[in-house]
Amino acid sequence: MAKRKRYTRTPIVRPKKYCRFKKSGIKYIDYKNPDFLMAFINEQGKLLPRRITGTSLKYQRKVAVAVKRCRHIALLPYVADEMK
Amino acid sequence: MAKTNYESVVILTPVLSERMLQDAASSFEKLITENGGELIHKENWGLTKMAYPIQRKTTGFYQIFEFAADADAEIVDKLELAYRRDEQVLRYLTTKLDKHAVKYNERRRNGEFNKPKQKKEAAPAAQPAAKAAPTVEAKVESTTNEVEES
Repeated sequence: MAKRKRYTRTPIVRPKKYCRFKKSGIKYIDYKNPDFLMAFINEQGKLLPRRITGTSLKYQRKVAVAVKRCRHIALLPYVADEMK
Repeated sequence: MAKTNYESVVILTPVLSERMLQDAASSFEKLITENGGELIHKENWGLTKMAYPIQRKTTGFYQIFEFAADADAEIVDKLELAYRRDEQVLRYLTTKLDKHAVKYNERRRNGEFNKPKQKKEAAPAAQPAAKAAPTVEAKVESTTNEVEES
């Protein structure tokens, strides 16, 4: 019987995620700017989780409110198939 | 008493004429100032494409008011009551602004940001009617781009 070859997994090195609001000192998220909020939603128009965008909890809450307000004033869709 | 800053976004029906739009905007303005509010800024985005239809309309006139008022003056209640009674209003949103938002809006008005600068240009164009036309065209162009993307 042949000896099974052992694989050593090389660790995947990714750049560390950071909160863009903390880094660039943004204190207020404008709900009237859908282009900016596009970075925090997927192509269906759903909010992206923090583990993907790297946003801190404090600002994720604000992002969520801003996206919801933006949807209300019809600048972002509530439901979409392909947005981007 | 310390005043609170508010921001109110109103979407008006696209069937309005230029005059009717001005009338509606000025009537809301009057309501704000008459109830002890202080109008800080008003903005007119012109005819803007909406992300989804409201009352079977795909476009709307966006009008934004920023004002300061006493928190116990019930000015927001009165304003929203007027919005609800007005059939020209498709949608409205009034938000309280925190200190960061007030600062942000000031900077935005002064054109310190790149993106909102286009919107900023649309704001002073609200007063002279001649200037309003090109901004509307610009808006239409940007919306067609979005359509192509989607």
